[in-house]
Amino acid sequence: MFLLRRKTVNFLALSMTLLALAGCAGKPAGQDKPGQPGTKPAKDQVICFNLGSEPESLDPAVVEGKPEGTLLNAVFDGLVRYGKDNKLQPALAYRWDISPDGKRYTFYLRNAQWTNGEPVTAGDFEYAWKRVLDPKTGSSYAYQLFCLKNGEAYNAGKLKDPSQVGVKALDDQTLEVTLEAPTPHFLGLTAFMTYYPVNKKVVEANPKKWYMDTASFVTNGPFKLVKWEHNQKLELVKNPTYWEAQQVKLDKLVMTTVDSNDTALTMFETGQADFVYDPPKTQLARLRQEDKLSISPDVNTYFYLLNVTKKPFNDVRVRKALALAIDRESLVQKVTRGGEKPARAFVPEGLPDVDSAKDFRNAGGPLMDTYNAGEARKLLADAGYPGGMGFPEVAILFNTNDNHQKLAQAIQEMWKQNLGINVKLSNQEWKVLLKSQQSLDYDISRASWSADYLDAMTFMDMFVTNGGNNYTGWGNKEYDALIAKAKVTANSRERIKAMHDAEKILISEMPVIPLYFSTYSYLQSPRLKDVVVSPFAYYAEFRWAWVSED
Amino acid sequence: MGSTTYWQDVWRRLKQNRPAMSGLVIIILLVILAVIGPYLTTYSYSTQDLTATDQGPGVRFWFGSDDLGRDIFTRTWYGARISLTIGVVTSLTSAVIGVIYGGISGIIGGKPDELMMRLVEILWSVPFLLYVIVLIVIMEPGLTAIVIALGTWYWVPMARIVRGQVLALKEQDFVLAARCLGAGPGRILFRHLLPNAMGPIIIQMTLVIPEAIFAEAFLSFLGLGVSAPMASWGVLASEGIKALKSFPWQLFFPAFFITVTILAFNILGDGLRDALDPRMR
Amino acid sequence: MWGFLLQRTVSAVFALFFVATVTFFLLHAIPGGPFDNDKKLPPEILHNLEAKYHLNDPLWKQYTDYLRGLALWDLGPSLKQEALSVNDIIRQGFPVSATLGALAVSIALVAGVTSGVVAALCHNRWQDYLVSVLTALGFAVPNFIMAGLLVYIFAYQLRWFPPALWGTPAQAVLPALALAAGPAAVIARFMRSSLLEVLQQDYIRTAKAKGLSQAMVVYRHALRNAFIPVLSYLGPMLATVFTGSFVVERIFAIPGLGQYYVTGIVNRDYTLTLGVTVFYSVLLITMNLLADLGYVALDPRIRLVDRTR
Repeated sequence: MFLLRRKTVNFLALSMTLLALAGCAGKPAGQDKPGQPGTKPAKDQVICFNLGSEPESLDPAVVEGKPEGTLLNAVFDGLVRYGKDNKLQPALAYRWDISPDGKRYTFYLRNAQWTNGEPVTAGDFEYAWKRVLDPKTGSSYAYQLFCLKNGEAYNAGKLKDPSQVGVKALDDQTLEVTLEAPTPHFLGLTAFMTYYPVNKKVVEANPKKWYMDTASFVTNGPFKLVKWEHNQKLELVKNPTYWEAQQVKLDKLVMTTVDSNDTALTMFETGQADFVYDPPKTQLARLRQEDKLSISPDVNTYFYLLNVTKKPFNDVRVRKALALAIDRESLVQKVTRGGEKPARAFVPEGLPDVDSAKDFRNAGGPLMDTYNAGEARKLLADAGYPGGMGFPEVAILFNTNDNHQKLAQAIQEMWKQNLGINVKLSNQEWKVLLKSQQSLDYDISRASWSADYLDAMTFMDMFVTNGGNNYTGWGNKEYDALIAKAKVTANSRERIKAMHDAEKILISEMPVIPLYFSTYSYLQSPRLKDVVVSPFAYYAEFRWAWVSED
Repeated sequence: MGSTTYWQDVWRRLKQNRPAMSGLVIIILLVILAVIGPYLTTYSYSTQDLTATDQGPGVRFWFGSDDLGRDIFTRTWYGARISLTIGVVTSLTSAVIGVIYGGISGIIGGKPDELMMRLVEILWSVPFLLYVIVLIVIMEPGLTAIVIALGTWYWVPMARIVRGQVLALKEQDFVLAARCLGAGPGRILFRHLLPNAMGPIIIQMTLVIPEAIFAEAFLSFLGLGVSAPMASWGVLASEGIKALKSFPWQLFFPAFFITVTILAFNILGDGLRDALDPRMR
Repeated sequence: MWGFLLQRTVSAVFALFFVATVTFFLLHAIPGGPFDNDKKLPPEILHNLEAKYHLNDPLWKQYTDYLRGLALWDLGPSLKQEALSVNDIIRQGFPVSATLGALAVSIALVAGVTSGVVAALCHNRWQDYLVSVLTALGFAVPNFIMAGLLVYIFAYQLRWFPPALWGTPAQAVLPALALAAGPAAVIARFMRSSLLEVLQQDYIRTAKAKGLSQAMVVYRHALRNAFIPVLSYLGPMLATVFTGSFVVERIFAIPGLGQYYVTGIVNRDYTLTLGVTVFYSVLLITMNLLADLGYVALDPRIRLVDRTR
């Protein structure tokens, strides 16, 4: 009936090329459709983008959602940023040095201004980062700065002296960062909102509410906020003091906060919005037919957890039988309908292999059949439940949401047809479900995982024995050893191989049933050009966007 | 013996009321269809055909198919069983509790009335969703849970309405007369006040039916009610509205039958009110 | 009269205390907390967050602190809307919900009373049946379906009205209609039924016998008494409509108060949920009081305070 959308940001960050994610349905992102007019800019460079929810905050230190990330990305500039090609490029830092041991970074800042005319200094960065780590700020993303020297200790309250945290302004234009340990993805991290600078004077003048008033919401990015009507819209205009203002073509960017994706779709279809994401599933077929739908990949796996501490899931044959009795191709074609890919392993596409131009998933190849009912029946019979006879009463648990419910119904029917077992469906409100998972109070439960950073490890270390996010009760010494090895090995060939081996164990033991790799679907008006969509911390980047004549 | 003839009288008057009788006939038809409907097709409510999703009404699927390729005709009549049961049972339980509570509050009046009404306001101030989450945590999902959840919630407006009627009626001459003749408050309430308050009571009862049907859909969605793939009318309609732009029949059939049901109960209720009214002869 | 109002105020304060208490403990009893998510937070960060909102204090202390704030109508900070207090949120959202609600109630009263009176005066004629069908439609179709249909017809197909957002009169039309449809139908039903009843009563017969015209009788005598069940229904209905409907405000993206009755609970935003709940309760108690006073105004014989004993 209703569903609350609030996605937290995927902190994908690595100072390397994002892989070309080939083979997804829909038209490619950010490209104009051939044969259509529209190379001439329109007179009115104004667009409307639906943010999808009211920002909970606009303070870079505390925001965590993707809507907030999208907005902040438009009004702030960090040390570095992702370009049109999704590669890192210099932003406020025009160059940087990295010490040979990989633990010290020196950033050299260009001349840039805040919207109040003051210069952006290295001191603003130092202030902003220490503020994130200050326990009193209560930032839930503070851990993104734990790679800084003494960052974690300061945030945990063990270290009281902030001057020992590894960030220091040597002068107005030079920022020195010292890390706890070499962190290859650190440079990528500095592109994200938690690492944005803030204007010290403005924030200190009104630490709690400085961003609530557009006058004191001083920023340094391509756009600036001029109006915030709560629970309605935010109006952004081109920032004339931005150091790269000549690149910015849009005069005005309106971001509405419409929460219902059905309403957002109606707004798009009646010409009131130029870009909306996540249209309702029931409309996908029609939108595709009308050639309105765009789909781009998301680094995310949708899967079912199995509680292996419980009968019958303590038997690997049962786990595999359940996994193989699901027709994933039909699921993505007929049920989810968003161009998702059937999952034949756990780690999704979009993460680098040894050679960073290659994809971890493609290098590892499929580790299981998409669908094999015969094998599934055989496995179930071997486990002592021929034709489903004697199979105990179990339930699929999911959080309250139409899409999860649809998928569970389809799988329930597939298991009934293919294995002769009747499972029940049960749903719980989101936070109740989390408690049920954590306390292993379930049989089969729906879950999904998105990358925190651009490395397969973000998926693989989840299932170590008693891992913080391992809600299956499963553990495997060999698996643990491989993950431990991959975490300390500097040699990337060995590191990646260990993860491939670990994934093979995971799939052969099947404590989780991978279902599909998710996608990000959106609608973009054909007159809107050069919007960059990425699976990062924001939905869309409007820095280079412009409106063509119809 | 007197009451027997009264009820015979009511039935006689009801039978003469043509619209009321047609309402009754429609309700009976709906009940019959709810019982036999699911057996008129070769499908069960859960049979999926992923190669035939979102089909329009036709020879194969009389009412079309849904997004998992299930037969909407079968699901509609299966849903009728759930929704009709929930609607009628909730209506009756909330009426019984509400009439007694509101009647007592109104007839006693003064401080006890004040206390009882504040209690009702406290109960209704707790957000429904919070109440439901608490119930989900402590109860097994199912029809019983739904009936308890709704029955313990919807008696409140009934209580307010009955109390208002009693407050107004008890100052009227015929009640004063009865009191002078020595009738106790219980007798006055049940013999004199409630029969004269039947109009609003019956209307409130019919109002609760659609509210309960959709509240059930909401509760089922939240996980308290019947679990998918079983679906009530409320659930079917809630899913249908989302497909309106693409597959309007998925909304039309459940919404149509809900409306017909409510209409039938309304006109039956109107007739019943006329028949029960002691003055309308 | 003043004694009565004083008594009501005192009992209202107790009622509010109970509402806050029950809601507080229910909220803390249900599983999950405001900072739970599918990715667990590191313990030190969770600790910092809880410290920021005093959630690591013992529960009784959180409770007494809350009551102390409530006594001064300081409802605390929202746990999710970082810079806003619950008072701010109510100040922003309530005027919008109340405006929309007032609009919807006006439509519902005019449409409901008119059609109810017409139906009663044309008892068992075609006008009566027409009203029956319309009212059945009105309350058989819940507001989320009504809203969906209105958007589909008037915003999507005909494009007469904008589909969402708030600020212009055109934007208020569809949500007000979606909100008004149900109450209008209910009011029509009550109006018809009680008017039929009143028209049978002796004093009306007397009035008619005295030669007063039908319209005069209805206007002067019957309407007032027929309005009593409508008033019973209006009390709670006004409180609900003025605090906003989650469904309608969500569908039309209206910046009202209604959304928080759901999102507050879903997010386990304890202070926000408590605040809007207590606020609703204040409104409910006030509206019921007004309804009670309305009974007396409509029929002076009604006594709320028993003076006979």
